[in-house]
Amino acid sequence: MLSQLRPALVALIALTIITGVLYPFAITLIAQIAFPSQANGSLIVQNGNVVGSALIGQSFDAPKYFWSRPSATGPFAYNAGASSGSNLGPTNPALLEAVQARAEALRAADPNNTAPIPVDLVTASGSGLDPHISVAAANYQIARVARARNLEVARVQQLVAQFTQGRTFGILGEPRVNVLQLNLALDALP
Amino acid sequence: MTFIGILQIVLFVVVLVALAKPLGAYMARVYQGEKTFLDVALKPVEKFLYRLFGTRETDEMDWKTYAVAVLLFSAAGVVFLYALQRVQGFLPLNPQAFGAVSPDSSFNTAASFVTNTNWQGYAGETTMSYLTQMLGMTVQNFVSAATGMAILIAFIRGLTRHNSKLLGNFWVDLTRSTLYILLPLAILVSLVNISQGAMQNLTAYQTANLLQPTTDANGAVVTTQTIAVGPAASQVAIKHLGTNGGGFFNANAAHPFESPTPLTDFVLILAESVIAAALCYTFGKMVGDTRQGWAILAAMIILLTTFMFVAYAAEANGNPAFAQFGIDQTASDVNPGGNMEGKEVRFGIARSALFATATTATSTGAVNSMHDSYMPLGGFVPLFMMQLGEVVLGGVGSGLYGMLVFVIIAVFIAGLMVGRTPEYLGKKIEPFEIKMAALLILIMPLTVLGMTAFAVVHPDGLKSIFNPGAHGFSEVLYAFTSQGNNNGSAFGGLGANTFFYNILGGIAMLISRFWLAVPTLALAGSLVKKKKVPESAGTLPTYSPLFIGWLIAVVLIVGALNFLPALALGPVVEQLMMK
Repeated sequence: MLSQLRPALVALIALTIITGVLYPFAITLIAQIAFPSQANGSLIVQNGNVVGSALIGQSFDAPKYFWSRPSATGPFAYNAGASSGSNLGPTNPALLEAVQARAEALRAADPNNTAPIPVDLVTASGSGLDPHISVAAANYQIARVARARNLEVARVQQLVAQFTQGRTFGILGEPRVNVLQLNLALDALP
Repeated sequence: MTFIGILQIVLFVVVLVALAKPLGAYMARVYQGEKTFLDVALKPVEKFLYRLFGTRETDEMDWKTYAVAVLLFSAAGVVFLYALQRVQGFLPLNPQAFGAVSPDSSFNTAASFVTNTNWQGYAGETTMSYLTQMLGMTVQNFVSAATGMAILIAFIRGLTRHNSKLLGNFWVDLTRSTLYILLPLAILVSLVNISQGAMQNLTAYQTANLLQPTTDANGAVVTTQTIAVGPAASQVAIKHLGTNGGGFFNANAAHPFESPTPLTDFVLILAESVIAAALCYTFGKMVGDTRQGWAILAAMIILLTTFMFVAYAAEANGNPAFAQFGIDQTASDVNPGGNMEGKEVRFGIARSALFATATTATSTGAVNSMHDSYMPLGGFVPLFMMQLGEVVLGGVGSGLYGMLVFVIIAVFIAGLMVGRTPEYLGKKIEPFEIKMAALLILIMPLTVLGMTAFAVVHPDGLKSIFNPGAHGFSEVLYAFTSQGNNNGSAFGGLGANTFFYNILGGIAMLISRFWLAVPTLALAGSLVKKKKVPESAGTLPTYSPLFIGWLIAVVLIVGALNFLPALALGPVVEQLMMK
């Protein structure tokens, strides 16, 4: 019985050193050498300022920007220090109220648009940090953004296409548009 | 459901089955002490470790010593992980200066990670220092998985050896599982994911200036965004490979830094399934008849794939209540469609349903979408996959030894029906084996249903419920199903970081891991003593399609009999009320 105590303690210490110290440090080292940008959060830097991450969304509600998906993080949307979904169940009245309010806000910002609203624009993402919207959700907002910025619709469409990413290998995942990168590109237009 | 969506599920199953044989054959070599291509690098390390432990490869153990070794090693792990969380405030690698975790939460988390559950009452990026994540979580991700694999190998030896008492050396099985199997795969998965954008650094959290300022819940203006970072990718890789599931970040694999692209999602789902699937082949190889392994894998894959499509269909249909607001939930080439609440655009509906089913069929419990927000039938699938006892792939090691218990039950019932003495792989199944198997099958539902019943009549249990009505009951049932099966996923709305849930859940996790591991080893200890019965005309072939179907039926019937009444009060009634 007690003869197993020494191996139990020694094994825990030895395997802790191998898997808890050597392994993560080795991976960090390789990552920092081989993939420095990715391993540090794909940060977007402009004029020496970090303006965000290509993988982390931000909240937008001005008509001139493409809006991201709703986010359930607290105490404010897209809090990248505390990722979270809403966890609202499908029959929870609070979910239906939230979806209705989001749909109304989108319609109020663009009253002429009577098209049905793509579902990802009115539902909170799992992480609360989803950097993407669907292509349909971008298309839904093109006319509003173009009007707010006095741009031709075709010009905005072109930008949306530029920041649209297809399925991996044509199979995996969903086509999507990176909202922060698209909005940064809009602001950079002359 | 779309063609591409179906294709993604089919592609996953095909790749999984294709990898089972090469990886399974490799693992058989590792456990049987044969030469492998990693010997050059790892043999010296392995030998050195045995010297440190004070053990020799040839020092074999009977079932009791093996069980004692498992329990002592796990107990040491619980104590260390508990202490680490309590003192993390005084230790280095804590750039956010997180203080001590509360005693009840530390206990729950220690029990959770040592039992390979990885239920999380805490939120990673606001609670745990980098040191705790590395020395605590990452280490237990490795060794709790390796412990499960070791117990399985001991059980297999119980079937292959005759007139013996010895089941192998736990320290050898533990070391080989870690060094030769988990570690190389974890390095591979980490690097693939980092190349895609997964986070791996040791710096303090970053601050970004928001393009458009926003307001917080109190109306104050927010102009910056704090971005949580850290050594995530190395931990995420092993959390999937070891079917652990505890996220580095609160949002787990839905978080873009854990799983930035559909490709990383594919890799993670594959990682959490591939060892469990390949161990079926390893089993076949070690018992000298690979058909036995393929038969078990076939039963698992049939159950897994069927339920993936159920979940996919339920989620793809979307939420009927949204129709009144003019919402477009139709899937197309530009719109993921379906029930997108709690899901990420890059994954869409098919990958989310695929993940939810795989993570609960295996005992991983990571999530790439929030199960609490699934449609009632969509949420039923992960719940039921766990309630089948984590035997559809299941945890690495633990899934297969759980399934082998079901095989013994299936053989026994079939034997009763035709009036023959049941035998499996040349071993007579006698009263002791059936007693242990019955115990193994009954402990889990007893724990899960007993604790659920207690929680829904106790005020402390009720006040953590987040969603109203039947869905709230599902949250509690899910919590104890998850902890009582060492899964770890959650209907996340339940406020589980309370004294009541931390303690009760911690006990459930310890029961389901060790109260099952010990009878499993006892069963192995009984089997290993038996002599081999030669195959005869009356032997039931345990590799025929008929037997595969029979095994599936036994698993489903036992699961359904145990849990349908409880499920009727949760997801079933919620689904009916939506009409």
